[in-house]
This record gives sequence, C-alpha cells and structure tokens, in this order.
Amino acid sequence: MEEKSNKVVGTSPRRKDAKAKVMGKAKYTADIYESGMLVGKILRSEKAYAYIRNIDTSKAEALPGVEAIISYKDVPKIPYALQAHQFSLDHAGQEDHLIFTDKARFVGDEIGAVIAIDDLTAKKALSLIEVEYEELEPSLTIEAALASKGPWIHEGREHNILSDLWGYEDGDVDKAFTESAHVFEGTYDTGYQQHCHLENHVSYAYMDSEDRIVIVSSTQVPHVARRIVGQALGIPWGRIRVIKPYVGGGFGNKADVRLEPIVAAMTMAVGGRPVILDFSREECMIGTANRHAMRIKIKSGVSEDGKLKVLQGEVLSNAGGYASHGHSPTLVAAGKFVNMYETEAVKVENRTIYTNLPIAGAMRGYGTPQGVYALESHVEDIVTALGLDPITFRKDNFIKENFVNPANGMITHSNGVRECMDRGRELIDWDRKKELYKNQAGPKRRGLGMACFSYETGIYPIAKELGGARIVMNQDGSVQLMCGATEIGQGADTVLAQIAAEVLGIPFDMVHMISTQDTDITPFDFGAYASRQTYVTGLAVKRAANEVKEKILRFAADEIVDLPVYMLDLQDANIVNKHNGQVMAPLDKVALASFYQVDRAEPTTSDVINNAPVNAYSYGATFTEVEVNMRTGKIEILEIFNVHDSGKIINRQLAEGQVEGGMAQAIGQALSEELLMHPTTGKTLNNNLLDYKLPTIMDVPDLGVDFIETYEPTGPMGNKGLGEPPTMSPAPAIRNAVLDATGVAFNRIPMNPQRVFERLKQEGLL
Amino acid sequence: MNRMQINFTLNGKDIHLEIEPGETLLEIIRKRLGEIGTKKGCGVGECGACTVLVEGRPVDSCIYLGIWVNGNDVRTVEGLAAKDGNLSEMQEAYIEDGAVQCGFCTPGFLMSATAMKENGRKYTREEVKRALSGNFCRCTGYKKIIEATEKGLKS
Repeated sequence: MEEKSNKVVGTSPRRKDAKAKVMGKAKYTADIYESGMLVGKILRSEKAYAYIRNIDTSKAEALPGVEAIISYKDVPKIPYALQAHQFSLDHAGQEDHLIFTDKARFVGDEIGAVIAIDDLTAKKALSLIEVEYEELEPSLTIEAALASKGPWIHEGREHNILSDLWGYEDGDVDKAFTESAHVFEGTYDTGYQQHCHLENHVSYAYMDSEDRIVIVSSTQVPHVARRIVGQALGIPWGRIRVIKPYVGGGFGNKADVRLEPIVAAMTMAVGGRPVILDFSREECMIGTANRHAMRIKIKSGVSEDGKLKVLQGEVLSNAGGYASHGHSPTLVAAGKFVNMYETEAVKVENRTIYTNLPIAGAMRGYGTPQGVYALESHVEDIVTALGLDPITFRKDNFIKENFVNPANGMITHSNGVRECMDRGRELIDWDRKKELYKNQAGPKRRGLGMACFSYETGIYPIAKELGGARIVMNQDGSVQLMCGATEIGQGADTVLAQIAAEVLGIPFDMVHMISTQDTDITPFDFGAYASRQTYVTGLAVKRAANEVKEKILRFAADEIVDLPVYMLDLQDANIVNKHNGQVMAPLDKVALASFYQVDRAEPTTSDVINNAPVNAYSYGATFTEVEVNMRTGKIEILEIFNVHDSGKIINRQLAEGQVEGGMAQAIGQALSEELLMHPTTGKTLNNNLLDYKLPTIMDVPDLGVDFIETYEPTGPMGNKGLGEPPTMSPAPAIRNAVLDATGVAFNRIPMNPQRVFERLKQEGLL
Repeated sequence: MNRMQINFTLNGKDIHLEIEPGETLLEIIRKRLGEIGTKKGCGVGECGACTVLVEGRPVDSCIYLGIWVNGNDVRTVEGLAAKDGNLSEMQEAYIEDGAVQCGFCTPGFLMSATAMKENGRKYTREEVKRALSGNFCRCTGYKKIIEATEKGLKS
C-alpha cells in the first residue's frame, strides 16, 4: 500500500540545525551564561560499598570562595527513580535513589557537593572534606551479589535481586524439547558499554523571581526531568521549569535524570543563585549510566527438518548500584525470545541484580543488542552444528507479517526482514565468498557472518505514548512548529518539519522549527527514547498539520475564494482546486487576511497532544566479512552492511547517518569497548577516552547501508523506528563471521585482541 | 602567580589580555572572549572537540596554554565563514554530505579539515583519516565526515 506521492517526505533537505552547527552558533547548555554563575562539584564515594559515618566539612568551609557545602544531611529523604519511565510505569518499585546518600553503593556514588565561585576553588574544597566510611563487603559480580549474605545493597531487595518478575511462558516447553531431534545450549556474555556522547552531562539551575526553579540541561527528556526533580525535592511540579537547548548526543544516557535534582538542590542551597554542574569526562563515565552487562543462557530444540521448535532462556542483568531503567532492558532482551523466531513453545526467565558497580541504564537499543547478540549467536551455533544454511534457516523460522506477539498482543503489520537478508546477501557477495573461504589454514583467515533483529518502536502497550506538537501559521503562510520531541543530534527537528511541510502542502523552508524545549511552553511529550519520535511525535505533527490545513482552507473558502472547502487543497503554498490543480489564491494572501480581515480575524493555530496506542516492529540484518589475524588476535572488518526495514524512509541522508553511527557503536561493542572495574575495589579503571577504546576514524571500516522500504500502516508516513535498530545486529554478525573464519565461537564480547589471542592459544590455533 | 600580558589575533581581530599563566587557550576563547563555538569534550586532549588553528596548525586548545599564542594568529569555527556570512567550502560540504549530527564534534573536525585544505596538499583517503584521527565522533560512524572532508578538499 502506498500513499500519494510525496514532495518533501522521502527527500533529504538540509537539516534544520546544520548551519548553526557548522558556524559555531548552536548553543549547548555550557554555552549559555548566567551572570554570577557559581560552580558545583560532587563529592563522590571512594568506596564501593560503605556507610558514611561522618563527613567533616570544616576545612572546606573555611576556604575563601566556598559558598555552600551540602550532603546527605541536607536533602530530602525521598527516594526517586532515575529513569525516564512514565509515572504510571514505576511498577517495579525502582525508586531507590536519593539526591545524596549516606550509604555508598559504588565508587563514585554521590554523597555531597560543594558550591564555589569557580572550578578550582570547588575542586580544592572537595579535597578538604573528610569522609568517614564504614566499609562493607562489596558485591562486584552478579554471582557475588546473589551469594551475598547482606546487608542487601538496597534494603528489602533480598539477595540483591532488583526484580525477577515478568518471566514468560507459552506452549508446552517440555513436550517441544522431547519432540526435538536436536537440543542446543549456550551462554552469552556482554560487557559494560558507555555512551561517550561528545558533550558530557551538564546542567545549570537558578531560582526566578517567583521562587520557581529553572533548570537548563542537556537532557533527552525535559518533561520527565521536571517531574523527577519535583518528586526528589518534594515540591510541586509546576514550580519547576526545565529548558533543553542543543544537546551534544545522548544515546539513552540523558534519558536518566541524574544532574537535574542535584543542581536544583544546589541552587536552593545558595538562595537561588545560578549554579552550573558540568561533568568532566572522567566523572561522566562513572557517574552517569552504562549499557547493562548481561549473561544470557539459551536452550533450544530443533526438529529433524530444521524447524526451531522451542526456545528457553534465562536473562541475568547487572544493574549496578541503582535501578535506573533497572529491569526494563532485561525484559526487552528477553522479548527477543518471542518476537524474532516463531516457535511452538517458549519460556524465558529474567533477573536483574544490584551490584556495587556503576549504574547501568538506557543505552541505544535498551537490552536488544544483548538479547540479539545471544540469540543470533545461538542460532549460528545451531546451523553450524547441523550444517544448515544460516540464511535459509533464519528465513524459514523468522516471524512473518500478521504475527501477533504472544507476550503483548502487538501485531507485525510490515516485515521486510527476508528482503533485508536477500539484499545483504547480494551486497556482500555472500555465495561466492562462502565458497572461496572454505578450508583456510593460513595466519590470516576470512569469514562471513550475518544476524537479524526485531525491535519495537516506542513502548506501548507497556505504557502510554504521548506526542506533542503545536503549529502557528504566520502572516506569510509559513509556520512555526514546536514539538515536545527532543533533537539530540539524530535529526528529529528536520524529519518532523518534513512531515509538517508534506501534510500542509508548503515547502520545507516555510516550516520554522523551534528546537529548544521548555516545559513552560513546549507541548507535553515524553522525549527521546525507544526510537519513538518520528513515529509517535510524527503522528502528533501530522494531526496538528491537518488541523491547520483544514482551518486555513475553511477560512479561504469562507472569505477569499469562490469554491466550497471540500474542493480545496493546499499545494506548494497555494490554495488550489483539488480536482484540477488550478491555483485559487496564494497561501500568503489567505494567511495575511486571517490576521487582519476586519470582520473576521482568525489566525490559524493547532495544539495537539496525541495519544498513540500503537506500536510497530522494525526489522533488519547485518552482513559482514572479517579477517582474523591468527597470530595477534586482531579482527579486521573488511566489509559490513546493515539493511533495515524501518518502513518508509522520511529522509534518506539522515537515516543513513543514524545507521552508520549505530553500526560504529555496535562495532565498538563487539571489538573494543568495555568499561573495566577493579576486581576487589570496584573502582573504574578506564573512565577516560584514552583507555576506554572508543572507535576512532581509523578503526571504523567503510560502512554499507541500505533500506527495504515497507509501508507501516500505523506510522504517520508509513514509517517506523530507526534510531536504535542499527546497533542491534552488527555484534553477532561479526561474532558469526569470526566463527566462520576460525571455527571458534566467541560467546563473550568485546572480542578484543587479548581475549581472541588467549582463546586461539587455548584452542591450539596459534 | 604573576599575571601575564598576551597579544594575538582571534579570527582576524586583535586581542590584548592579561591572563593567568595556567589559563588554557580554550578557557580564554570560551570564557574570556565568549566565543562558544569551540567545544570541550574531555579537557585533556583526547577528543579533539576543542581543536582550533594556531598559525594554521590544528591544536587541542584545552591543553594549549594561552601564553603560547602570544603574537600568533588563532582561528576558531566562528572565523570560517566569510565576513558576508557565506560559508566556507568545507562548511558547505559538511552540511551537504550530512556530516553533522549532534554537532558537538563538528567545530573541531572543521578546523582539522580546514587546516588540511589550506596547506594545499593532496590527500588519499587513508591520509584524510589519519589527519582526522585526533577528532572523535560518536554519532556518525565517520563515513559522512570522511566523504564531506574529501569533497571540501576538492572544491
């Protein structure tokens, strides 16, 4: 099904913010200055697990330039959840965090803060504070946390289990295993990954003349931040205003509300004077969130004729010291067991465990990269053992259109995964190279691998999905578009403006985008997460644009042109006869009249907060060719292609940018990136960009991208989520290519040279 | 410590300042002169977001002392467009080729790429990558940055 041909949607106009960004004019949080701004610095625990018995600030207080020192003694004891989950969704009881704590749960936990006239004074004051710890035995692995005799990291969470709820079972698992000709088992481990957005976390706050707290912050979720600050401080939410300027990347990390409650407490401590909290890179890498390290166990049963009959899984996830998004990414990882392969029976158990390590939260993909890594590695192990063709097996067993997810009732309306596989196979020249790389024995061995994924767009039906859009038509017929969706680099402003232009029938340049979100002004919206904005907020923009169009056409019919409204349309900024395209009046003339006509002035606006009780599954596949150096353990990616079914592509250039960036992050996850913690102290060892092996321009191979454009009937323009999907299938595809090249199955990522070298040695392949 | 006088040009404008010996060029540009286009991503010379040109050479301004630019010509992202507002060829190429996402690394990349363009040399793809290897980007996977830089070098 195709809608009428588009004029703006499906093209790649220049992004709305590109000029400001190449000129250095785009203002990010730290670029805005308030007169008399003070500097806040956080006092962090040096111990992984300890009660704070005393804190002596006398020396620090005596330092000239110190304006205030606050600690756990001075802030409300109201536990709150750090994550962006909607209010009603806090069902897991994840309110486990205080602004400052007297029980440190990881090295870097926040116990107090200094507010001083400048950076240097604040740092010096921190070094003068004496903290008395009563140390406890830290749990630095999931196993240690489960075996601990207490005290539990969070009171009431016995054996440090944050949650083991929402396991899932469908069909007769035992019967399916009994009937299976082959049974396979495997365990797959993923590491801690850090977002490393180029702009560190930063917020500043002050109190206005009405004692309202104004927070300017690098956040993905301004409306959520307002709610959480209100909760944490126990003050009415309407007394808080959150403003989001340009954001230098988030990838889920800025969907936690970490700095905002702290910086609000800071300004309150100094009588409302402005205070900035600007994290260093080192601080950002221990004091924000990470991708959950997971251990996923899978048992599967396959019939004689190659049907995947049954999947049984256990997902164990390391939450670190606080819940943040807690159990939800675990559930998303587990969700792969039901929405990728259609089986007769499925059973999955989930456990999310607290440890005394830095917090894990939302990171692009939200559990899916871990789940897909495990499942797609396991599927490869099956086809390898049975000598089956990996593409054929996946195509035969993958879910099809009209599949109803048994766990949540959501229907797959569009599914181009098989076409993605066909395209990937062709792009990488799979069949020829597969033949070529048989029976290699040299010091450098090549192999091919592939993997698929599925992913939800937004979070309905787990929770509500609201998108906000407001359109005001100007006297010249151009419009201002204001959305609750946040631009954090992904291009949301541009694609939402494209949708507005398309629906309105005006050129892209006539849509003026308000990029800043301000909770006092901006329509309510939950913000940037779950690849939702072009889909959920896009529906709001479409509705708002339709309303404006309807109103201006009605005004034109009533006041300006000699045709009834049902015969009119807006095209290329003209009011036209919709049946023959004849121009009846230019839009600017009608818009002007709508403001100044003496008898009837009726400026055209719309203000929509749209409830979107829908979800759409995105699909795709990665194909890659690697070369493994058998002497050094170094894996080189020679070619890699991601092919995506994200429905209709609104802007090809921006979509490619999303895919390429996501692939690079996944390549990092597969080969080099891992936050390392000391095995006995729990201290993070590589919280800087030198030692944390973030891919440089030299490390990322040429990235191949293509799209299979299905039409998703629930999306505003036939589109579905794209932001996160690129991170999902590269890691298992690389792992499977290494298996193809070497015969060795790596069930733990990252596959860095040391790990590969040691394993090859162990296997006698060196 | 004794404060020191420095004179330099910033994007063609004469600057006379009295600074602390420990002040970095980044602090001077951002805090004293209010030019916020140059970004701080790490503060220790790892990420390249703060790259500016000193005498045409890219440096990490976060670990470059202010006193070292005495008598020098310093350029930042604000100095790339012409006086009439026309963007440079490199800026145009970055927009056209989709090399900009969150934009936080963009000023640094543009300065490194502009230094390459201005020295007039020919660069192979590998040399382009090598010359930009001091700049991190987390959004783009670098592909469109490489393509845009090559286009900017050619035009």
